[in-house]
Amino acid sequence: MRRGSVTKLVCVLTVVAVIAVLAFAPIFEEKVSWLPLYKDINLGLDLQGGVHVVLEAKDTEDIKVDQEKMAQLKATIDRRVNAFGVSEPIVQQEGDRRIVVELAGIDDPDAAVESIVKTAYLEFIGPDGEVILTGADLKDAVEVRDPQTNEVQVSLAFTEAGTEKFADATTKFVRQQIGIVLDGNMLQNPVVNQPILDGKAVITGYNSFEEAHEIAVLLRSGALPLKVEVMEKRTVGPTLGQDSLDKSVVAGIIGFTMVVAFMILYYRVPGIIANIALLVYTIIVLALYIALDVVLTLPGIAGFILSVGVAVDANVLIFERVKEELRNGKSLRTAIDSGFKRAYIAVVDANVTTLLAAGVLYYFGASMVKGFALTLSIGILVSMFTAITLTRSLLKLTAETGWVKNTKYYGA
Amino acid sequence: MFEIIKRRKIWYLISALIIIPGLISLFTQGLNLGIDFTGGNIVEIKFDQNISTAQVRKVVENEGLTSNYIQESSGNVFLIRTEVTTEEQNTKFLRALNDELGSYELLRNDRVGPTVGKELTQKAIVSLAIAAVLMIIYITWRFEFKQGVAAVVPLLHDVLVTVGILSITQLEVDSSLVAVILTIIGYSINATIVIFDRIRENLHMKKGMKLEELIDTSLWQTMARSINTTLTVLFVLVALYLFGGSTISTFVLALIIGVTSGLYSSIFIASSIWYDILDSRRKGKKAVKAA
Repeated sequence: MRRGSVTKLVCVLTVVAVIAVLAFAPIFEEKVSWLPLYKDINLGLDLQGGVHVVLEAKDTEDIKVDQEKMAQLKATIDRRVNAFGVSEPIVQQEGDRRIVVELAGIDDPDAAVESIVKTAYLEFIGPDGEVILTGADLKDAVEVRDPQTNEVQVSLAFTEAGTEKFADATTKFVRQQIGIVLDGNMLQNPVVNQPILDGKAVITGYNSFEEAHEIAVLLRSGALPLKVEVMEKRTVGPTLGQDSLDKSVVAGIIGFTMVVAFMILYYRVPGIIANIALLVYTIIVLALYIALDVVLTLPGIAGFILSVGVAVDANVLIFERVKEELRNGKSLRTAIDSGFKRAYIAVVDANVTTLLAAGVLYYFGASMVKGFALTLSIGILVSMFTAITLTRSLLKLTAETGWVKNTKYYGA
Repeated sequence: MFEIIKRRKIWYLISALIIIPGLISLFTQGLNLGIDFTGGNIVEIKFDQNISTAQVRKVVENEGLTSNYIQESSGNVFLIRTEVTTEEQNTKFLRALNDELGSYELLRNDRVGPTVGKELTQKAIVSLAIAAVLMIIYITWRFEFKQGVAAVVPLLHDVLVTVGILSITQLEVDSSLVAVILTIIGYSINATIVIFDRIRENLHMKKGMKLEELIDTSLWQTMARSINTTLTVLFVLVALYLFGGSTISTFVLALIIGVTSGLYSSIFIASSIWYDILDSRRKGKKAVKAA
């Protein structure tokens, strides 16, 4: 019994140590590509910086820049940037005719900028050269795969007025061609087989699903109301400033060191166990951030700190309960079992409540709120997992080895 | 045992003494909203020699301008966003940059609009309201309806305390305030549920105990946990506040206020509210298990 549990304990600790060293080694050394943390976590604009783009709206012969159009332009660009899934971008008007866009965490900023400034002016043109309807008559555009042919398509749905116009035109031009034109380029020139009355149309002929996705995003976000040129594009540092960030990292390390010391001083043996669990917790969470492509920003870090608090809390709840059971005269092993059971009810109830809130925030919230909710949810789920697996088994194993006979070291 | 429930009027009073001035301040002077919300000025500048962000920040702060938006770019170029400046302030600022950091070329000097739309704030508030309803439903299922209500009240309390103090101090808040409020709420609900869980258990174990005494016992049984968990979070936050640089100090300070308020409200407010909204039958001699 004893020897077995000593071996088990040594095994568990060795595995943890090895994983920890390997996971954190890349931070200090050359990156090892097969490790979960080999590539850095994506950081947001505030922590890492990104691309700073200045766009300028130009007057054309028929459209002059005014403030109302600038507001529309900003809203459209906002929609596009958010649709590209960039985390918490900055979009702001500068002066009378410029828009500043800052993007972080994109692999190909040039392509992103290009698709932001595409006008995306969609027209359906009849055989007589008259415009039947434009992007303004669109209700929605979604990229889909045709289930039968596996062909990539963008399916369009028109507004009520658009549906009417389209129905009239397709009735009038049966067996003739209607051109689909984007930014002056003819995308397609299909023949109308029969009148289309339900306000739906499909554009085909894309090379990839990504291409269809991009077009759909542009169509959904609406055409730019003004002609736009890129004036400046430069890489910029974090909005919080490199100097502040360096300080914050040091401060974070100091804070976590204090937490570790406090746990050992206050909880003795279980405190050491909690720290091991916390280490594993942190590794799993960071690995998940990378796996799920989480873009970490300052609010996200708030979510992470809160989740660390939750993880510590799960351990504290368990230890306090074990202490109580010991004081009620139970043996160490019984105390660990029943203490864990009782504490876990509280852990689950508290965490499910918080998860509910986080889920709602993720579902309904805007960009920043989403990032926070995601980091918090990941943290809570992982903390419940490490409490059940690691904290529990380590507590039991150390008890079984019989090294620490005196229950005083468990806080009794 | 120090009686907590019996003294609940005192706890309410302490909260009121913080929240009411905060509310008055909110209605009279509001929050000091940062450039995320209000827009401001942008200066793009190319220095002739190597300059660090810290040096630029020092000049900006000496001029009394907001300095949490200074970005470095290659070739000694800096982007500095500050609040809206007058012509005079602007000239003075540019001169100070020249005096302190040497000659430069001014690439841009322009006004910029807000980056945070009303949409973000509205969406956050709407989703919080929905979250509150869901939390009440879950707590009603696992505990009872009145505890659900009593668990959500402290959340409002903590938000009001934090936002109120930020309004009184007129510290400049940026869009991360949204994240601060969410963190506080997550933290506070957690603490309250742990206490209610203990009350639920004691209602089964200690039949015949007076409810007031039973709640006090539960509060004291969970006291070590409440304080220790808060302490660990505060360690990290205080370290960030002391050593973390000026750009995140308001963000961290707001978290410190909120977390402390969350500790207070989960112990002194949540159970007191629950006790107050219970009907008198349950407060009687015997703690009857909720039907």
